[in-house]
Amino acid sequence: MFENLSLLQLQQYWWMIISLLGGLFVFMLFVQGGQTLLNALSANETEKTMMVNSLGRKWELGFTTLVLFGGALFAAFPLFYSTSFGGAYWVWMAILFCFIIQAVSYEYRIKPNNFFGQKTYEIFLYINGNIGVFLLGVAISTFFSGSEFFIDERNFSYWQNNLRGLEALLNPLNYLLGFALVFLSKILGALYFINNIDYQDIQHRAINSIKFNMIAFLMFFLGFLAWVLTKDGFAINETGSIYIQPFKYLFNFLNMPIVLAMFLAGVAMVITAVFMTIRFNKSSCIKTGGMGAILAVTALLLNVGLNNTAYYPSTFDLQSSLTIMNSSGSHYTLRVMGYVSLMVPFVLGYIVYAWHQMDKTKITKEEIEAPDAHNY
Amino acid sequence: MEETLVDWSRAQFALTAIYHFLFVPLTLGLGFIVAFMETIYVKTGDERWKQITKFWMTLFAINFAIGVATGIIMEFEFGTNWANYSWFVGDIFGAPLAIEGILAFFMESTFFAVMFFGWNKVSKGFHLLSTWLVAIGSNLSALWILVANGWMQYPVGMVFNPDTARNEMSNFWDVILSPVAVSKFLHTIGSGYVIASLFVVGISSWLILKNKDIWMAKKSMIIGATFGFITSLFLIFSGDESAHQVALTQPVKLAAMEGLYEGKNEAGIVAIGMLNPNKTLQNNENTYLFELEIPYILSFLGYHDINAYVPGLKDLVWGNSKQNIMSTEEKIQKGKLAVKAFKEYKNAKHADNREKANEAKMVLDENMAYFGYGYLKKPEDVVPPVALTFYSFHLMVILGIWFMILFALVLFIVKKREISDYKLILKSALWSIPLGYIAAEAGWIVAEVGRQPWAVQDLMPVGVAVTNISSTNVMITFWLFAVLFTALLIAEIKIMTKQIKLGFEGGH
Repeated sequence: MFENLSLLQLQQYWWMIISLLGGLFVFMLFVQGGQTLLNALSANETEKTMMVNSLGRKWELGFTTLVLFGGALFAAFPLFYSTSFGGAYWVWMAILFCFIIQAVSYEYRIKPNNFFGQKTYEIFLYINGNIGVFLLGVAISTFFSGSEFFIDERNFSYWQNNLRGLEALLNPLNYLLGFALVFLSKILGALYFINNIDYQDIQHRAINSIKFNMIAFLMFFLGFLAWVLTKDGFAINETGSIYIQPFKYLFNFLNMPIVLAMFLAGVAMVITAVFMTIRFNKSSCIKTGGMGAILAVTALLLNVGLNNTAYYPSTFDLQSSLTIMNSSGSHYTLRVMGYVSLMVPFVLGYIVYAWHQMDKTKITKEEIEAPDAHNY
Repeated sequence: MEETLVDWSRAQFALTAIYHFLFVPLTLGLGFIVAFMETIYVKTGDERWKQITKFWMTLFAINFAIGVATGIIMEFEFGTNWANYSWFVGDIFGAPLAIEGILAFFMESTFFAVMFFGWNKVSKGFHLLSTWLVAIGSNLSALWILVANGWMQYPVGMVFNPDTARNEMSNFWDVILSPVAVSKFLHTIGSGYVIASLFVVGISSWLILKNKDIWMAKKSMIIGATFGFITSLFLIFSGDESAHQVALTQPVKLAAMEGLYEGKNEAGIVAIGMLNPNKTLQNNENTYLFELEIPYILSFLGYHDINAYVPGLKDLVWGNSKQNIMSTEEKIQKGKLAVKAFKEYKNAKHADNREKANEAKMVLDENMAYFGYGYLKKPEDVVPPVALTFYSFHLMVILGIWFMILFALVLFIVKKREISDYKLILKSALWSIPLGYIAAEAGWIVAEVGRQPWAVQDLMPVGVAVTNISSTNVMITFWLFAVLFTALLIAEIKIMTKQIKLGFEGGH
């Protein structure tokens, strides 16, 4: 079936997969958001342990999605993989360090003789949830604001700023998406707790936390939208040259009504989920909110990659900017990977099945305090 | 490219890979051992087997967590530190990494949660299936990353496209079924099974020495020693196949592994020996200060023929017309032609001169197999550090044989005699745990140091593969990784030993 697709179609297909992975990853950031709420939503150790265990059964999926995101970019858009990871060295390294410390924290937190003490592992989780997510938002924001790099005729890349990616922090506009992502993940984390833990006090505090986080999220998110939709974008003309086009991202939405519809539906679902939770005490809104986040983020990434847009622009040398056309794998590799991608629904299927099996019964105080409990 | 940058980048990759591989082998093997144990529990319904399963599963989880932590960097480090490499071969190399993520990592992480928290939530059957799927998932992930590594050692199934300036995949099956990749996969998972068996046998020995939970420790020991004995035989056979593949595809590495400077027929293998530190390619000093050689074995190991000619480093560097071995100097000349033709092709394309571009393309195609040699300065550059490769290889082999003997002894005694009377065996088993890790890391040193200077064999030396970045940045991240990973390792060992001391009856 993939034989019949042209190179451009395969590139678009793969950009869609990457965008979907990005959406799924942001949904899974509910784990990170939840990690930042551990102290705020718990009144004692047992309550905190309930929350850690609730997240502890899910954190690896998000982690794995991040790893897959790296692998899929390497396979489908290797020039992005080499240019951005090698170029924006410090941003990616900082993000990776934030995730390395997450990976041990659940397992080691309350194990006896754990060397650093429980507090340290909780701080690790807190750093992962706040700084890790914030930096990811900043890194994604450079898809819109651009970076300084040059690519030579061998397609070797040369980063032009000695801060190696940290210069993105000098542009305050990049903070908008960074903070928006942090607060969105906190909202999703709270929605998840409400659904997954059968314990009134935690649910009650979680609902309260959403109120503040929603206001903060909307502020930064609307700020980000206002910036992106009014800013000049990086467009590609018929000959493959990159040029600056005013209101590019706004036009992308208007030219791709399905993407716009996805985006609006996604945002509406997040708002509805929050509203239903606060107003009607609904406990299962993580599904609506999560789907909303997936849709909105996927649409945003589709916007920046499709419709003749350079998704990773270079402000140093416009023509070095990366597009899905000039940065992709070969026709053959994209085709092979196309077949591999057919496994994704199967993988999602067993994840949902296992998830469902595990979450049929909610986490309770009794379970955590049971003598044979395997606790994080 | 500045030398210090290449050195720091290599040091960082070595550091992170060595740390990562401290945890991988145990995951590969212990996953199956735990699955065997749980299968016995489900079949017999004996609660003591559930306790055994849970004990080893707890240790599995402690190890797994730090394996994940040290693993994420490996997925990104090709990009962060080997950016030019990532472009040059990303079209082939990226695919197995992505497949690894889709097919293996999700299987591991999804069912890991069921395995640990599902005891009272899902049915016995679904739980057992989950345990097996974690084991299978982790071994699948090893498959894909080793396919990628095998490809770097022996690049196949691709063509160089001068328009995109990279190698492009032309045959997926050639890549994943490459004999180098297959033997590398089998040998590496074999090492994981042996290490996990050493771990189980060693810890069971300690428990028996301490007179703790004897029944369960003995049962664990039987499973560990049985699995270990079978897999150590498998490890030796797959090692033989690996050496054969090295002989066929990386003769310089084979010569370095044996410290073989002068090629010869009927070449023997040095069982134990010490290299003469003054020996160089240029002089005629003795290679060894002393050696104990087993005749014919190297010829047989390398080429499955006791009379076969095994080329030495001198043949491979200076050439040997009698044996039809091309000198490195000649390869460098061909490589330079290829690099030059590539530049001319690019210029001709730029100037829209088709005729000239076609000419350049022909020269390029003719010499492409030597492309990487075009970046070398002198012929001696193709020789990897001989001493490190030599000693690592011999240490690995000696330890591998010791493990097989140990498993056989333990298995015999635990079945036929009273094992608690054999204190020396029990202590040897305990102290063999670290030896397993040393052997595995030594194996990787042979594979990776032994193929220097190549990032991709014959096509790209490490000096070209590295990211264009100032070495200070890499130096800082090197130390950050060194400090963080060491701290995490200390935490892991402390937690692990505490859990072991708690024993089968302790909290999980």
